[in-house]
Amino acid sequence: MAEERINAEQVAHVASLAKLEFTPDQLGTFTGQLEKIIGMFEELSTVDTDGVPVTSRVTDRHNALREDVAVKSDERAALLANAPETANGLIKVPAIIDESGDGE
Amino acid sequence: MDFFNQDLTSLHADLVNKKLSAEELTKATFENLKQTDAKIDSFLNLNEDAALATAKALDAKGINADNVLAGIPVGVKDNIVTKDLTTTAASKMLENFVPVYNATVVDKMTQNDMIIVGKTNMDEFAMGGSTENSAFKVTKNPWDVSRVPGGSSGGSAAAVAAGIVPVAYGSDTGGSIRQPSSFNGIVGMKPTYGRVSRWGLIAFGSSLDQIGPMTRTVKDNAAALNLIAGNDVHDGTSSEREVPDFTAGLDGDIKGMKIALPKEYMDEGIDPKVREVIKAAVKQFEALGATVEEVSLPHSRYGVSAYYIIASSEASSNLQRFDGIRYGFRAQDVKNLEDVYVRSRSEGFGDEVKRRIMLGTFSLSAGYYDAYFHKAGQVRTLIINDFNKVFEDYDLIIGPTAPTPAFKIGDEISDPITMYMNDVLTIPVNLAGLPGMSIPAGFADGMPVGLQLIGKSFDESTLYKAGYAFEQATDFHQATPDLGGQH
Repeated sequence: MAEERINAEQVAHVASLAKLEFTPDQLGTFTGQLEKIIGMFEELSTVDTDGVPVTSRVTDRHNALREDVAVKSDERAALLANAPETANGLIKVPAIIDESGDGE
Repeated sequence: MDFFNQDLTSLHADLVNKKLSAEELTKATFENLKQTDAKIDSFLNLNEDAALATAKALDAKGINADNVLAGIPVGVKDNIVTKDLTTTAASKMLENFVPVYNATVVDKMTQNDMIIVGKTNMDEFAMGGSTENSAFKVTKNPWDVSRVPGGSSGGSAAAVAAGIVPVAYGSDTGGSIRQPSSFNGIVGMKPTYGRVSRWGLIAFGSSLDQIGPMTRTVKDNAAALNLIAGNDVHDGTSSEREVPDFTAGLDGDIKGMKIALPKEYMDEGIDPKVREVIKAAVKQFEALGATVEEVSLPHSRYGVSAYYIIASSEASSNLQRFDGIRYGFRAQDVKNLEDVYVRSRSEGFGDEVKRRIMLGTFSLSAGYYDAYFHKAGQVRTLIINDFNKVFEDYDLIIGPTAPTPAFKIGDEISDPITMYMNDVLTIPVNLAGLPGMSIPAGFADGMPVGLQLIGKSFDESTLYKAGYAFEQATDFHQATPDLGGQH
């Protein structure tokens, strides 16, 4: 692994992947903290894992199958009540492409 | 009314014999809650009107004499969704979120006539070990209000320890039931992965999360696990195994039980005063006729690193759903859709949640996946193998729950790695999916110290049996903080 584990530029890139943004101050703090935590992670490189399989789940089940039964749900109003903005029984969002000037 | 002198069995007898009505019990619970919680801030939202109505209806219907939980007030951690009752996960992101359905465990509570008192405080999205990461309030430890209650289920633990409720439910991804139970001198069980449905638990690390009960006694805890255990069609990882009666076999007889004590759980990283408590517990188990022998879990020391890669990776994926569109916080004055995502998440999540999302996104990203996420999954296998080896020869494992007693509010919150190391003794259990329980085992400088019992997969019964024998031979569970109840 590289000597410099992670720099501000990489942290900004990871933030963009995670749909987060940081002020320059926050970016500095997060870079320092992530550098330390990832440094701790590097102890794993000392563990011999040649041929060791990955564990990604610890459930005792493989496939969980059930009958495909349609269930009627009547929750539209309650669901929409949690939406930040609605119009005509639909969830309202801003334009995908920035429409400069006229707001919506 | 507090719950210091009564357990579920005696409360149930009073309810069945009509010495006490469910309505009286509920009213008294809220009266005590309002006094006591002013000092410890364990609840985020109360369910008072609905709780009183439910209790009244239950009195009219009659208490089922076969159901020890009927009419019993319960606290529910705020990452477990409750229909029509605001559920925030202690995040600004969900400040106004009102679920349209109940978690399966909540359905079981209401179907079995439990009285939901309210939602308990926690670290935001269950990420933290002190409840200081709540977006709304900092819960105090009832034994010393200058100290943290632990976390992330700190509100549930403090509420039980202070005598506000006899039972609360929490969730445990890396120690979030057991560590606060240790810090508050109560009993907390993290069941085997798959024992309890996760349907309606706001997802953090989906291969690690489990819901479990927090109570003042082992027997109460076993009854509270009976209620929520079992297969659920809504959770494909919930086991189809038969669920035993966890209150059976609590007879105090553990003669011949073979107990393992990992040397890594008693090394110099553990507070000497905590080690003293555990050594005394070992003697107690031996006096009860069990044998205790030293073993090794050589890979447990890598658990923290493996866990923070795996849990953060799963969290970064799970928390993608919070995008400001369908529910939850949406930032104001946004220019376009991308802006909604980025600004809503940046303003809605707290720092620890962002740290975990960043760690997870990094660990999963191109160029780092093999060195971090893949490697952590392999180390997880080695940790599981260590446990399997010990369980070839032993019935259960004991050790401390946490390296220290409760620390001071503000002491560790600015140093993520120090905070993460609190989980060093609990994390391996989640990585392996095993059951783990913390029970009161003594005190260090006036603060409770928990003993952790770790069992074979789906063998919660042995933990309850051993824990009950220890509890009956000691009086630590009878100690109560001066602050609580009618003191």
